[in-house]
Amino acid sequence: MYKIMKKRVLNPTVKLMEIYAPLIAAKAQPGQFIILRVDEEGERIPLTIADYDKESGNVTIIFQEVGKTTKQLGMLNEGDSLKDFVGPLGVASHFENVKTAAVIGGGLGTAIAYPQAKKLHGMGVRVDTVLGFRNKDLIIMQDELAAVSERLFVSTDDGSNGNKGFVTDVLKKLLEEGSKYDVVIAIGPLIMMKFVSKLTKEYNIKTIVSMNSIMIDGTGMCGGCRLTVGGETKFACVDGPDFDGHLVDFDEAMRRQQMYCDEEKKCDNISGCRLEAMKNG
Amino acid sequence: MADMSPKKIKMPEQDPNVRNRNFEEVALGYTEEMALKEAQRCLQCKTKPCISGCPVNVAIPEFIKLISERKFEEAYKKIRETNSLPAICGRVCPQETQCEMHCVRGKKGEPVAIGRLERFVSDWFIQNRQQSEEKTEKAGRKVAVIGSGPAGLTCAGDLVKLGYDVTVFEALHEPGGVLMYGIPEFRLPKALVKKEIDALKNAGVEIITNMVIGKILTLGDLKAQGYEAVFIGSGAGLPAFMNIPGENLNGVYSANEFLTRINLMKAYKFPESGTPVKVGKNVAVVGGGNVAMDSARCAKRLGAENVYIVYRRSENELPARAEEVHHAKEEGIIFKLLTNPTKILGNEKGWVTGMECIRMELGEPDSSGRRRPIQVSGSEFAIDVQTVIMAIGTSPNPLIRSTTPGLNTQKWGGIIADDRTGETSIEGVYAGGDAVTGAATVILAMGAGKKAAAAIDKYLSGEK
Repeated sequence: MYKIMKKRVLNPTVKLMEIYAPLIAAKAQPGQFIILRVDEEGERIPLTIADYDKESGNVTIIFQEVGKTTKQLGMLNEGDSLKDFVGPLGVASHFENVKTAAVIGGGLGTAIAYPQAKKLHGMGVRVDTVLGFRNKDLIIMQDELAAVSERLFVSTDDGSNGNKGFVTDVLKKLLEEGSKYDVVIAIGPLIMMKFVSKLTKEYNIKTIVSMNSIMIDGTGMCGGCRLTVGGETKFACVDGPDFDGHLVDFDEAMRRQQMYCDEEKKCDNISGCRLEAMKNG
Repeated sequence: MADMSPKKIKMPEQDPNVRNRNFEEVALGYTEEMALKEAQRCLQCKTKPCISGCPVNVAIPEFIKLISERKFEEAYKKIRETNSLPAICGRVCPQETQCEMHCVRGKKGEPVAIGRLERFVSDWFIQNRQQSEEKTEKAGRKVAVIGSGPAGLTCAGDLVKLGYDVTVFEALHEPGGVLMYGIPEFRLPKALVKKEIDALKNAGVEIITNMVIGKILTLGDLKAQGYEAVFIGSGAGLPAFMNIPGENLNGVYSANEFLTRINLMKAYKFPESGTPVKVGKNVAVVGGGNVAMDSARCAKRLGAENVYIVYRRSENELPARAEEVHHAKEEGIIFKLLTNPTKILGNEKGWVTGMECIRMELGEPDSSGRRRPIQVSGSEFAIDVQTVIMAIGTSPNPLIRSTTPGLNTQKWGGIIADDRTGETSIEGVYAGGDAVTGAATVILAMGAGKKAAAAIDKYLSGEK
């Protein structure tokens, strides 16, 4: 069992948890992920590692309550335990010869962009961070990212924070103004990563995206997480999750993301009832 | 005097048209009466040719004699002397090409039903006796076993008996390897696998789950932690695809994923269990081995109307056990032989709508000795399917070899290990099972685990 040491509500549907897993904390690097199971009947879900602390032995995860498992996870509290927690899986991000970087975080992707920005900042890289959310109530990690960024831009789709626009609009403006980046790291919804990659291709800037595919084992065994990169099939779990954004077939990845949509809906109704029952009981 | 009936006592089975809708065990096992009668068919011959066919050297005539004397507990213990997982072997070993192939009774009529008798004894013991293994005094010498499938469990079981302090590391959340994620419930009930593993735990084997060696700890880390020898039994978990167009469409699974969702994650109980699986009205399973049969039979049980086995050679070349093919046919699986997929067809939303195939004919024998399948040009045709399951083989996972400098492997990924001892290119590191041979059988993996355990004991006792 893996104990929840800390829980924090970041916005109405996004929560942060620190899980005690010293062996994982000791080996984790930015870009890697864990797989967890809440209980005995639970599914295995991958979550990218948001932070880790070798001293306390804690691994931080940040998740959005979108389906049965993440909702169930969100109901747990400090002191509760997870049934299974395994990692660090996947290949760590590699940054070589990088002096300037733009880190783009969309929604929950911000949580995963943070360790990347932090690592780059620690390496002495000049980091501009661009964050995008649907509205101002959903903004997360702003202070943390401000601390590791040269410049921080936060925009909202509806303009409720006084800064209307998509991350691509902000990035485009920066590039047009003459900002130069050795690398762009884009982490967020597939559609966002697709359009960031499209934009940076025009400017010929190396772009790294993080692919959070559906998977089971996370060790290369099931192949459920496969995607097409530069015309070749890759497994997000062992070949990634980082890939060259200019080579990823995002349209295929978006279709694959829909694979269990019907089941999720079905499951959600049932878990709704079940969770309701738990609350009342 | 032996019972000279030329036929084995039949084992009761669930009716095919009932069982193809449930996940309960197909074969129901012998009653005491049946077992006693079948045991009488053993001639107790002095030469014991059957034992030579058993990779773990079970004392076959001895345990059968004990059955005929109604000494079921003793019979179990006799098997257990050399076999750590008897209830499993009694179900999934291909006895027809091993022990039973060598049985003298097989020369005129059917051999003694050794597998069924082994199963009977093991089930009897599980039902009637507490697992109370005597723990061997541990000498405090640590051995690490990577992977808790048949090879690893056997190696661990043998080493613990010899007094070693054995820790098994398992990457998934549940020990058992292919016994848990691969072989379906209706062939090998998971409760039974758990019982067999519990017996090993009672004997003193420690199992740590969620431990991906190569990621969390490397072989070097294990050595630093005081493990004096390591056995790698990490299996062949990497699925192969055909590299034909359309393989990334929604509705295409590797058999590994399909079976893992169903067996390990219990998708057949969805939404009670959290993991779903998609099965269309028509399902094509590509491949002709046991894994293909298991996938097809699972698909049928999950409600598919038509399930096709698509195999490029003919019935004679099917690598699956005859019994599995027979069971699949009984359950209504349709065999499309001498047929090979060329393309998976999909709609604009990315879902499978069909599969284009081409007819094949057999040419000259290839390196495997089987006749090479050749495409019949212009014979393409499409079948209407919504789900495609690729069951065309697996290869060893690269996680360990890529993080273990000095570990020599074959080009295709198999770890190079001595056939008799499991020794690898690194001193104190042994390997066996599918990680060495590529996908094979449970019993061969067990045999390799057994040999390695003996070699590890020799290595560690020679040192001092």
